[in-house]
Amino acid sequence: MARAVTARKRWTYTVLVWIVALIIFFPILWTVLTSFKTEGDAILFPPAFLPPHWTLENFAEVQSRSDYFKHFFNSVVIAGGSTLLALIIAVPAAWSMAFSPTRRTKDILMWMLSTKMMPAVGVLVPIYLIFKNLYLLDTLGGLTIILTLIDLPIVVWMLYTYFKEIPVDILEASRMDGAVLWKEIVYVLLPMAVPGIASTMLLNIILAWNEAFWTLNLTAAGAAPLTAFIASYSSPEGLFWAKLSAASTMAIAPILLLGWFSQRQLVRGLTFGAVK
Amino acid sequence: MGRIILRNVRKLFGEVEVIPHVDLEIEDGEFVVFVGPSGCGKSTLLRLIAGLEDTSGGAIEIDGVDVAKDPPAKRGLSMVFQSYALYPHMSVRNNIAFPLKMAGESKDVIRSRVEKAAATLNLTDYLDRRPGQLSGGQRQRVAIGRAIVREPKAFLFDEPLSNLDAALRGQMRIEITQLHQTLKTTMVYVTHDQVEAMTMADKIVVLNAGNIEQVGSPLDLYNHPANLFVAGFIGSPRMNLISPPPKGHDGAKTIGVRPEDIELARDKGDWSGTVRIAEHLGSDTLFHIDAEGIGAITARATGEYPLSAGDSVWMTPSPDRIHRFDQDGKAIRH
Repeated sequence: MARAVTARKRWTYTVLVWIVALIIFFPILWTVLTSFKTEGDAILFPPAFLPPHWTLENFAEVQSRSDYFKHFFNSVVIAGGSTLLALIIAVPAAWSMAFSPTRRTKDILMWMLSTKMMPAVGVLVPIYLIFKNLYLLDTLGGLTIILTLIDLPIVVWMLYTYFKEIPVDILEASRMDGAVLWKEIVYVLLPMAVPGIASTMLLNIILAWNEAFWTLNLTAAGAAPLTAFIASYSSPEGLFWAKLSAASTMAIAPILLLGWFSQRQLVRGLTFGAVK
Repeated sequence: MGRIILRNVRKLFGEVEVIPHVDLEIEDGEFVVFVGPSGCGKSTLLRLIAGLEDTSGGAIEIDGVDVAKDPPAKRGLSMVFQSYALYPHMSVRNNIAFPLKMAGESKDVIRSRVEKAAATLNLTDYLDRRPGQLSGGQRQRVAIGRAIVREPKAFLFDEPLSNLDAALRGQMRIEITQLHQTLKTTMVYVTHDQVEAMTMADKIVVLNAGNIEQVGSPLDLYNHPANLFVAGFIGSPRMNLISPPPKGHDGAKTIGVRPEDIELARDKGDWSGTVRIAEHLGSDTLFHIDAEGIGAITARATGEYPLSAGDSVWMTPSPDRIHRFDQDGKAIRH
């Protein structure tokens, strides 16, 4: 009897979880399906779930009208570049906080995270002016810098929590074995922290890839990533749903695939340390 | 050469003075054991020598050079940690080779020294395994191998046997002692286990609350404890400390007599009492006795002794084995 109840509970939870997942995933599913509809089918009322006439014309027109691969390349450069730069800054910062803390360490960490609570629009004007004066507007370098800075608190915080899990005496053993600081980090700390660093990198790539506010406000044509690519389909003539959906599908496909293949790492990274 | 001198060494953690003042000399080739209860500062003192903690004052000289401001890598010491602290992502071979790699040694030198250390410690068959695939004793040997391979001026051991079971601890104790006899290198060993201290040390440093209570050879501390703390700490079972002392011991605030220095008899003796508990160890028997007018006394008899709980017994301490202590707890020497 007990076994039957457990199986029933399991099925109930499974169905519930699938329903919630489908509800969350539905907008993306709808967007992808709409990208294969004609413009007419896309605005049908009542809406058609599946495309009545499947077509690839939206993808062709999007690619011919604006250069998808150029925007894709820009997204890859700024997401990858900002992730690497954030890691270079965050690893020593997290090391210091985890293994050489002072009385102020926790306060500094909280202050860093608190900057994420401020609306970005509050500093849009000063950042814009700084970028303009430093000739960083519409440059890949400028975007890389701003994305590094806005996600740095999260990268530092995640690495800090991973580093705290590493036994200090292993690092002390490396010091006794003659390792100076950079060798201690490169030969001992980083190899042991690879799962944590991988999760942090994945999360940062996703955040940087999806970042729209700064990429829209600080670019024109030269350094515009895929977020600007999507926004360009919100035209004054009206919304072309099918083409907009096709542009969105092309923009999010790479990051969806990355997330799908690395979902275990992502989940592990986000929940690590939650259970002791 | 591995002569270590601590001069007026102090250590504060914030406002808390964990080591007020330590002066100590460790001769080249000596096996010195720091022993004391938990929190007495023995590990802190070892870490100060290692350079893993900064001193708050004083000098630490290794072969005449003050290294108090030097990082661990520059002191020429090796350390074996209680948790072994092996690198989990490296094989046994690479764990042992790591110090040589940090020193910039050539591949040939690294290979030959690693193989020699592995042979010494019976690790040759395990060189390609990871630490996670080894038993506790094997991991401890790898930690020792990693320490010996760089031929340091001195070895530092921080309670290396605490995580092992009793049988393995006994075996490793002998191996470490043999290693010391072979290498003849200075060893500074921290333990809370006085059996390890008594059996392994050339010299024991007894610590209490950051202060050195006494320094001496094991038998010196055993036979001539300088104060009540050392008398009660060294020796198992604990020395019987009686305060106020029974008649005939005027001038002393406390007297002490070891359980093995009390003779037991059925019919006569200096003190009478009743056996509360008898512990039969096979080689010895321990009796916990309620002595009249004195209190709880522990006595040790060799082999099996025909006494049980509830029996009456007479005790006679050996007169020349009674220790006398004044009101400050210091030993009264004749």
